[in-house]
Amino acid sequence: MLAFLGRRLLSSAVVLLGATFIVYMLLSIALDPLEELYASSAPNREQLIESRIDQLNLDTPAAIRYLMWLQGAAGCLIGQCDLGTSWVTGQSVTAMLGSAFPATATLVSVAIVVAIALGVTVGIASALRQYTGFDYGVTFMSFVLYSLPSFWVAVLLKLWGAIGFNDFLADPVISPQAVAGISLIGGLVWQAIVGGAARRRAVTFLVAAGATAAMLTFISATGWLLDPSLGPVAIGVVGVAIAFGVTALSAGLRNRRALHSALTVVALGLALYYPLQFAFQPAYASGLLMVGLAVVAAGSGLLVGWLFGGPDRGQSMRGAAITAVLVGALIAVDRLMQVWQLYSSSSRVGGRPIATIGSQTPGLSGDYWIETMDTFTHLVLPTIALILISFASYTRYSRASLLEVMNQDYIRTARAKGLPERVVTVRHAFRNALIPLATIVPLDIANLFGGAIITERIFAWSGMGTMFITGLDRDDANPIMGYFVVVGMMLVVANIIVDLVYAALDPRIRVNA
Amino acid sequence: MSAPTPQTPDTSTHHDPVENVENAIELKEVEGLSQGRIVLRRFVRHRGAMVAAFALVSIVLLATTSIGWGPIPGWWKHSFTSLNPVVNPGGAPTISFEGGLSFGEHPFGQDNVGKDVFALVMRGTQQSLLVMFIIGLLASTIGIVMGSLAGYFRGRLDNLLMRFTDMVITIPIIMVGAILGAMVGGASPVGLAVALSFVTWTSMARLVRGEFLSLREREFVDAARVAGASHGRIMFKHMLPNAVGVIIVNATLLMASAILLETALSYLGFGINFPDVSLGNLINQYQTAFSTRPWLFWWPGLFIVAIALCVNFIGDGLRDAFDPRQRRIPSRRSMSKKG
Repeated sequence: MLAFLGRRLLSSAVVLLGATFIVYMLLSIALDPLEELYASSAPNREQLIESRIDQLNLDTPAAIRYLMWLQGAAGCLIGQCDLGTSWVTGQSVTAMLGSAFPATATLVSVAIVVAIALGVTVGIASALRQYTGFDYGVTFMSFVLYSLPSFWVAVLLKLWGAIGFNDFLADPVISPQAVAGISLIGGLVWQAIVGGAARRRAVTFLVAAGATAAMLTFISATGWLLDPSLGPVAIGVVGVAIAFGVTALSAGLRNRRALHSALTVVALGLALYYPLQFAFQPAYASGLLMVGLAVVAAGSGLLVGWLFGGPDRGQSMRGAAITAVLVGALIAVDRLMQVWQLYSSSSRVGGRPIATIGSQTPGLSGDYWIETMDTFTHLVLPTIALILISFASYTRYSRASLLEVMNQDYIRTARAKGLPERVVTVRHAFRNALIPLATIVPLDIANLFGGAIITERIFAWSGMGTMFITGLDRDDANPIMGYFVVVGMMLVVANIIVDLVYAALDPRIRVNA
Repeated sequence: MSAPTPQTPDTSTHHDPVENVENAIELKEVEGLSQGRIVLRRFVRHRGAMVAAFALVSIVLLATTSIGWGPIPGWWKHSFTSLNPVVNPGGAPTISFEGGLSFGEHPFGQDNVGKDVFALVMRGTQQSLLVMFIIGLLASTIGIVMGSLAGYFRGRLDNLLMRFTDMVITIPIIMVGAILGAMVGGASPVGLAVALSFVTWTSMARLVRGEFLSLREREFVDAARVAGASHGRIMFKHMLPNAVGVIIVNATLLMASAILLETALSYLGFGINFPDVSLGNLINQYQTAFSTRPWLFWWPGLFIVAIALCVNFIGDGLRDAFDPRQRRIPSRRSMSKKG
């Protein structure tokens, strides 16, 4: 294992070295820091050119300059990073990265998590309903998403998602026609997902359309969008639905112990609703507290499942823990919603909550919840713009991979020995279908970092993409190299992690081999 | 990238009984036809791909004939550079569907100085299509050469070429594209396309390598080697034709991503630049005018989406045509009807 890691690290280091060299040489050809001076008509032009050549060492060959740059960069290994300075602003590249990296990292990591979660879910659903209307619909949608230029979508999102939605918020009344249309589409989608015989489809359609219509009417009539909240009742209803859903997927509804432990956890969560409001006070709330609470929730879920006992404790424990974390998240979301009105009516935001520029509202001060809300409103549109393409590819890959697995002999064996379809799908097929997906994650990370260049430009985030673009515009090589070193490192690390995960998931692959 | 990544499974080795029965049905259907004809027949049967192919050909014809190509004049009355008197208020599109379809003077509208948007979009489409085709051809060629050399000779050469491929993959494509774009700096669409081809070949190289690694173990390659064929002959005459399916499918997908890459770079200002027109820089130029002149923004975008969508669908149809493993399985309902 260690030998594998060592060899892998070494070969990645060589690849990264080569790649930085290629980029450095390309940059030395592409960028000409003297261009503006040649064009200038200043009387001391020759002198200026000379001093800039001196400053940037332009009279030494590019390969030697690369070695000098590398010497500074190698300092990172012993904690003394020197990636050079930007000659335009005089700022050191490490300082620039320090301020630019968090914004891009947030954007990319949120995007990748959302894209994987949504894409895999939709892909699996579409594979299980192969050659139905839903499957064709999803396939067509993913083709359309593949073909959308992200910059075009981002501009559209800015116009409709932000400006349009903010205008709508001024008077959030949903017209009856819109309610009818959305419920109709919702009903159609749901009946296509659930499938089955005509009668079952009709019932699903009616229930789904009715529920959607009722919800939209409620939202419109009570002005819910202006001051949204869930409250204990809604949390209870959704929590019970989560308990049933999680149990159905992880243990099957026949397993009464699992179902009861999940429901117990929901009841516990509801009982703790008011005490938690106290813990959520701005004075205490912080990211650390949230993580801690999530761990406590998972732990209590495990405990409840264990107490219910039975022959297969593990299933109840797992189901209860997942339910507990989800219900806890619901309560936190409810608390977050409570600041919505305060946030959107604050003087800095001025009633237009969905932001189009930057990664935070300048000059906005507030407690933990306000800041979280602010991050959220700034993230939502760039994330959508960024995930569209990865979402499509995850959908395609997970669909293809599940279909491939479903045709394997061991699935036939599992069915033949009488296992319920749920166990066959979730335990035998789904897990194995996930394995090949692991290989596309690192490539997707590279794509997302590339895509972030465009997204950051349109939404005016001052992240690494902006750093790259301004560097290229100003013929400033060092920030570009800084950008690339970080992205390349992330990619290499992601690749190694994926190799290890792959070996852990698939016993046929041995990392020592 | 190294040891633990999965190899493409060798499809030739497993023949379970069910597959043999299915093969028998399949064989009856294609009896006496050449490989090419079988593929063509399957492709023609793929409705989505046929519609897409028809649409793409129409777009190519429309773009090339309307404003002409190079010195050859087209049938459209305005050129993309001429300033015309503004017809509708604000230069709104003159196309109308009331009382039959009528195009009017400027069907796609005009911009703020009176340029004809139809001519602009056609010019942009020409440039983007040109870039797309050149990248598709050139990048595929580079990828095929790299991949087949690595897969055929294996050993040191393979190691060297694949490490080089890894290096290129490590660099985000839009980043190196932007650097190269800045380097050739709006020189010409051809220059841009050639530059971009040198970074987009990696997926093709890896696919072809995988295919060659499995092909070179097959009996017919052994036979050719025993008969005394040279390396070049084995690679070109015996192995390459057997890998053509994978290559064509990947080349179409490469073209779809190429047009998105080119438009994105032009949008950022590192691709085709101002005096010339591309679909990406049209959007960049006019995005601020969205609220007053939305047509300036819609038409170029719709053409990008249409081209990319068509190419993707054609690629999907080709994949189905070349790869009978993914053929359509009869649904449970039609199976039970038969029984």
